[in-house]
Amino acid sequence: MLPKGRRNKQGIRIDPEAEAEHQPERALLSALVKHEPGVLAEVSGLFSRRQFNIESLTVGATIDDDFARMTIVIEEPRPGIDQAKKQLEKLIPVISVRELDRDAVQRELVIVKVNGTEPDKVNAITDMYNGETMDAGPRTITIQLTGDHQKIDDALDAYRQFGIREIARTGYSALARGEAPTAQVSEPNQAPTDAQTATEEAADD
Amino acid sequence: MQMSERASVPKEERTDEEQAETETVDGVATGAESVVAGLQNAGVEHLFGVQGGAIMPVYDALYEHEEMDHITMAHEQGAAHAADAYGIVRGKPGVCLATSGPGATNLITGLADANMDSDPVIALTGQVPTDFVGNDAFQETDTIGVTQPVTKYNKFAESSDTVGDSIGEAWALANEGRQGPTLVDLPKDVTQSETDVAPGLPETPDTYNPPTEADQVIVQEAADALANAERPAILAGGGVIKGEACEELRAFAREYEIPVVTTMPGTGSFPEDDELSLGIAGMHGTGYGNLTISNSDVLLGIGTRFDDRLTGGIDTFAPDADIIHVDIDPAEISKNVEADYPLIGDAAVVIEQLDEALTQSPPAGEWREQCQTWKEEYPLDYEMPEDEPLKPQYVVEKYDEVTDDDCIVAAGVGQHQMWAWQYWTWKKPRTWVTSHGLGTMGYAVPAAIGAKVAAPDQEVVAFDGDGSFLMTAQGLSVAVREGLNITIVVLNNEAVGMVRQWQDGFYEGRRMASEYPWIPEFDKLAEAFGAQGLRLEDPDEVEETIQQAREYEGPTVIDAIIDPTENVYPMVPSGGDNARFALNEEHLDQL
Ligand SMILES: Cc1ncc(C[n+]2csc(CCOP(=O)(O)OP(=O)(O)O)c2C)c(N)n1
Ligand SMILES: [Mg+2]
Repeated sequence: MLPKGRRNKQGIRIDPEAEAEHQPERALLSALVKHEPGVLAEVSGLFSRRQFNIESLTVGATIDDDFARMTIVIEEPRPGIDQAKKQLEKLIPVISVRELDRDAVQRELVIVKVNGTEPDKVNAITDMYNGETMDAGPRTITIQLTGDHQKIDDALDAYRQFGIREIARTGYSALARGEAPTAQVSEPNQAPTDAQTATEEAADD
Repeated sequence: MQMSERASVPKEERTDEEQAETETVDGVATGAESVVAGLQNAGVEHLFGVQGGAIMPVYDALYEHEEMDHITMAHEQGAAHAADAYGIVRGKPGVCLATSGPGATNLITGLADANMDSDPVIALTGQVPTDFVGNDAFQETDTIGVTQPVTKYNKFAESSDTVGDSIGEAWALANEGRQGPTLVDLPKDVTQSETDVAPGLPETPDTYNPPTEADQVIVQEAADALANAERPAILAGGGVIKGEACEELRAFAREYEIPVVTTMPGTGSFPEDDELSLGIAGMHGTGYGNLTISNSDVLLGIGTRFDDRLTGGIDTFAPDADIIHVDIDPAEISKNVEADYPLIGDAAVVIEQLDEALTQSPPAGEWREQCQTWKEEYPLDYEMPEDEPLKPQYVVEKYDEVTDDDCIVAAGVGQHQMWAWQYWTWKKPRTWVTSHGLGTMGYAVPAAIGAKVAAPDQEVVAFDGDGSFLMTAQGLSVAVREGLNITIVVLNNEAVGMVRQWQDGFYEGRRMASEYPWIPEFDKLAEAFGAQGLRLEDPDEVEETIQQAREYEGPTVIDAIIDPTENVYPMVPSGGDNARFALNEEHLDQL
């Protein structure tokens, strides 16, 4: 007696009618963590040892001195994203984790230093992208810009003609839009079940 | 010096006065006393450790505490394994202690082992004084950094006022939810400085809330799937034992007549002499166990993480089954195998929920008959010659015959471990003490020590390999000093046999670094340690030798010279299909 079925690499039973391969997608995670030494190392260690593909990670204080917020952008197939959230939630100093919707309020900041030989043209691009000149001299101009990934990429493309000397990007910071909570203290340190997520999503609408 | 002598003297029997759970110790003067008070509040009775500079204040504070029994180990790896085995047998965290630097790094194998198997362990490590941290001081290691990936939680103690509570918190975290190893790193200035703040009872942080009850909607759906299953099976993992759910599992399986297969860590959760038991599954599981899982249409996995040694190739793992996965750790759900019905919660609670939701036994009469047929078709078997060479399976069977059901069996890692697992008939939880997920050679000797300390009234036997034994044999000195009645049976094939088996099977017999051209005589080695040493070669002397070991007051090593060509079967090659197992060499070639 030998069974006929098969599973894919993710352990999902293959439905011969509709074989769903999960493509990598981008997910924006917000984690509320204890504000104490070693937490950043613990989180980044987790991502590297479990081979989660991380695009950016930012961390900063919150209004409560005891907690910090991390915003993490990862790129993984859906099962990988779910696994990353659950593994994060397992870390004892991680209070809660939430995956933010696409429409979350999200921003990245970049500081870019370009050659200063054509200041007028540089300023025109800075204006166009609502940037701010932070330092200007005869040889270099340093500009600050915020926006989403795409906007920043576009601006950098535009500056390229002058010669970009250096850039520093922060990675995303984000909060959920409107009344929807981001990651909060009150949430239990437990991954929500699909059913819970479904009702929460319904409530968000 | 005086200290370690005191710890070396075999202790008189202590009255088993349980630490009253609600009482806390008051009146501490130093951080170290607060550490000890934290342990007392947790009801700790035994500690396994090795002294050293940075941990000396803690040992000094222990000097006054006769009620806590410190077992001085020969190596910190042994301290961690002993604490791990203690944790397995008692179900409550075992405690190990080590100094900073090399003491702490020697613990790591044991912590990683405990982490893989979710064994409750708490490690206390000395650290250089806070002012020296980061300066590469003598015996400084970033213990927090190096143990982070192999612990459930670790903590650098910051002040003598809070250190006792940190101990309590680490103990509670090791114990609650999905159990695991935790560590508190204790800088010497913190343990030495004064405090008058006594710690409270062990408590997990407010934000730590392990789930108990599973989502009732999914429970009902899972119950419906099970009620209609034609080929249902239960896969009982280590979580059933860790979650104290064996009674619930047994009642549930019997009430609804569902065949039960256990994983290696789940061994003992369901008695193998029960009709419904289909034995063990995985790479060296029984043929019938693997066939049952492979052909099931609804598989109820409880407290198992579907590890690759269990599943074989994931593409062929129970490929026709709807999977109901019960686990206390949400991250285990759909990690390796997708759960059609994820039930996140405490095993005992969720089994009860399923029981309430189930209205009928699945229509599985034919299936149960099929399972029984497989049992008859593919029994565990080995060839038994008239006289020599001695077969390892025979030794295991004979030992099993003369011992009670609650005899604890420890094992190292390799072929001998698989034979012990396969040929012992398991009936009770917490009797199978081995290294599952990490596969740590050298586990057996210290584990036998930890198990015996945890359960002095239960018989303890360890089946070890010659290779594994050589890794931690120094633990014998501890067993002798503590006067522990344990037997270590070295199934001696003069080789790291499991590796040799793979070389013969998959590397064209190129036996690189797997055979020992010379190894010590273990019976004599045992005698040098002060233990009883016995040599066993003749199959006719097996019973007598076992008897001699069991009658001896103190540790015995049986050097059992076994057939060096014996291999472990059934075997599913790594990544293979569990329904296609080899029963012998020729089979293996055909797979
Ligand atoms: C610490 C450690 N090192 C190496 C291995 C790889 N390994 C797995 S089984 C095995 C052979 C073990 O030899 P022995 O203890 O004599 O057991 P046998 O297989 O001969 O019964 C080895 C080397 C391991 N599991 N653990
Ligand atoms: Mg061997």
